[in-house]
Amino acid sequence: MLKLDLDSNLVNRARTAATKISSDFDWLFNGYSSVTIERTVLRLMGIDGATEDGKPLPNLIIEQLQSAGALHKGAAIWIANAMHHKSMSAQEVADRVTSGELQLTALPMAEPELLYNLLSTLSEKMLGQIKAQKAQREGYFEKYGPRRKPAIYVIVATGNIYEDLTQARAAAREGADIIAVIRSTAQSLLDYVPYGATLVGFGGTYATQENFRIMRTGLDEISEELGRYISLTNYASGLCMPEIAAMGAIERLDLMLNDAMYGILFRDINPKRTLLDQYFARMINAYAGIEIQTGEDNYLTTSDAIDKAYTVTASQLLNESFALKSGVKPEKMGLGHAYEIDPEKEGSFTYELAHALLTRQLFPDAPVKYMPPTKFASGNIYKTHLMDAMFNFVGQLTGQGVQLLGMMTEAIHTPHLVDRSLAIENAQYIFRAVEGLADNLQLSPDSFINRRANSVLLEATEFLEKVAAEGMFSAMADGDFAEIKRPENGGKGLDGVFERDPDYFNPFMQQMKKELGL
Amino acid sequence: MKTIVKPYGDTLNDGKVQLSFALPAKADAHGKEAARMLILSMGFDEAEITCMRELGEGFTHFIAYASTSASVDTSKIKVKVVETPVMEMEETDLYIAEHLGREITIVGACIESDAHTVGIDAIMNMKGYNHRFGLERYQSFNAVNMGAQVPSEDLLAKARELSADVILVSQVVTQKNIHIQNLTRLIELAEAEGLRDKMLFICGGPRISHELAIELGYDAGFGTGTYSTDVASYIAITLSKKQAE
Repeated sequence: MLKLDLDSNLVNRARTAATKISSDFDWLFNGYSSVTIERTVLRLMGIDGATEDGKPLPNLIIEQLQSAGALHKGAAIWIANAMHHKSMSAQEVADRVTSGELQLTALPMAEPELLYNLLSTLSEKMLGQIKAQKAQREGYFEKYGPRRKPAIYVIVATGNIYEDLTQARAAAREGADIIAVIRSTAQSLLDYVPYGATLVGFGGTYATQENFRIMRTGLDEISEELGRYISLTNYASGLCMPEIAAMGAIERLDLMLNDAMYGILFRDINPKRTLLDQYFARMINAYAGIEIQTGEDNYLTTSDAIDKAYTVTASQLLNESFALKSGVKPEKMGLGHAYEIDPEKEGSFTYELAHALLTRQLFPDAPVKYMPPTKFASGNIYKTHLMDAMFNFVGQLTGQGVQLLGMMTEAIHTPHLVDRSLAIENAQYIFRAVEGLADNLQLSPDSFINRRANSVLLEATEFLEKVAAEGMFSAMADGDFAEIKRPENGGKGLDGVFERDPDYFNPFMQQMKKELGL
Repeated sequence: MKTIVKPYGDTLNDGKVQLSFALPAKADAHGKEAARMLILSMGFDEAEITCMRELGEGFTHFIAYASTSASVDTSKIKVKVVETPVMEMEETDLYIAEHLGREITIVGACIESDAHTVGIDAIMNMKGYNHRFGLERYQSFNAVNMGAQVPSEDLLAKARELSADVILVSQVVTQKNIHIQNLTRLIELAEAEGLRDKMLFICGGPRISHELAIELGYDAGFGTGTYSTDVASYIAITLSKKQAE
């Protein structure tokens, strides 16, 4: 059996430090909220739609409450109050606010108990709907059998959701298990979720509820035809993490990219905003049974994959500990790792095997998301195809959960139909060929692979202990993460973070926490 | 000297090329013939479909070999390339000290909707890429990397504020030629603001060539395989020449 001899004392130290770091943020999780969290509440209450010029209704309502200085109580109570006074649905209230007929804060506040009851009915309805989606997914897997391991994960990125669906269906027929719809470039920095189907996007389509619905409906059809459940994923990242998670929960996405720190480090989003948003987003994902995935590949594409290997391990441990705080179960944590070692480096494969085994063994229950070579992919498509084969070899040999297939044209364009097909053929061939090999192999205790894995773990442990002692925000401000300085009060979206009043109320968070045992 | 060339397979002038494409056609004899006819209609001879793979949803992948009678006269080719010699970091710093005698301010960004910092970082960041330090490491450069998704207006404002000598723009996303739109927008704004002639405008990215850059109104363009040393040497030599003029 191919297994590392890991220093269990180091494993414990690293986890203890990661837990300490995430526990330092209870003041934030319990005392603050953000505009996108409140917009999520509105969406979960059933409010949807946008004005003619594309402004989403949830944004308009939050802006009204914010300018009236009323958001500190949470958005839910104001909508419930208006529903009570006007005998209207949440959507009808939203429409009146949009047309300027209704000022939410102008109505007298009704008896709180009455409103809590109303909200509890509403939240039961939506959470029931989300639970039904979860049950349907589980039913599919029961009927058609579990996902293969590693699952074949491919991207579609045409910029037109209907063209994406054609490509996704073709990929499914060839053996893809998971379809990722790439987002239009720059969506992370929009402080709203666009509305409706995308027909012309740049580098992808927007994450919109309509796009989610179109893809999921199309993939359900092909799943039934093939007798294999095809999973759908998108990106709950950027300035609207919880809103996108909620839309995914409602439309039955199966996985979501949802990293605790990616936005801070790689998109310059404010640290408080990001941590707060990921806390609620991940809670929604946990509740909906959506597998989260994290973006550790970014540490390696921006730095050397050998020198900075420990930053991946450290980030995985932090992502794990933040996810646990939101109620995500280990078997739903698709922690990330990537094959980004310089192919000119002698022994690159051996290094990679050590790193991949380390990830696998530190998180035995996690469906690790293993990402392909991108930094050293070039216009030489033949060589890139070969690098992808080596990557597939490691993925199967070490039993990663999800294999994000590399494309031979990675460095040239978003994948053509043929590129994706050849990538799937590559993976299927290697997976078949390598099947069962790991059971025949054993590492000698003093092997380079064992030593290397323990030394990366040691570096990660020491790093996490330093951050735990110093505090994560302070470490980020000093540039200890990804060699980028991110001060606590810098970055985008800070003005959307606010302190809660003592009578703040979020019916969905309350109920989900209860059911998730948090 | 013989200057007429044709593709080479294993015999001079055999004109052999590889082709690979998908058609919205079935993977059957009919589809195969369609692929062959298509290749012949491109002007190739001896088209041989060596592989036919079904892609699903009514598409098929064809791999083919064919030969062409087309040729080019290489003596007639004119390509615009950056012609300045490439120097190492220390040489460039010395060159600037000798010829210019002052610090050069460079403001770089990946502009507009493009969120990919990989290109601008490889050229500018201290640590650089593939054993070549980035522009930030050069003693003679004051290099400011504004990162990704920087609006053209902000980039120009920063350049004005710092009295920059050079603007360095990266564009990685090229879908639907968005990079051309973005680069054109920047140069038009620069012209409107009267900044165009006050500094060097350089662009880079996987689909950018020097020729394209010139066409878009830039001073220089750098494509795939460019290192910080290429850009640094170009800046040092071009600015020194300008000062001498």
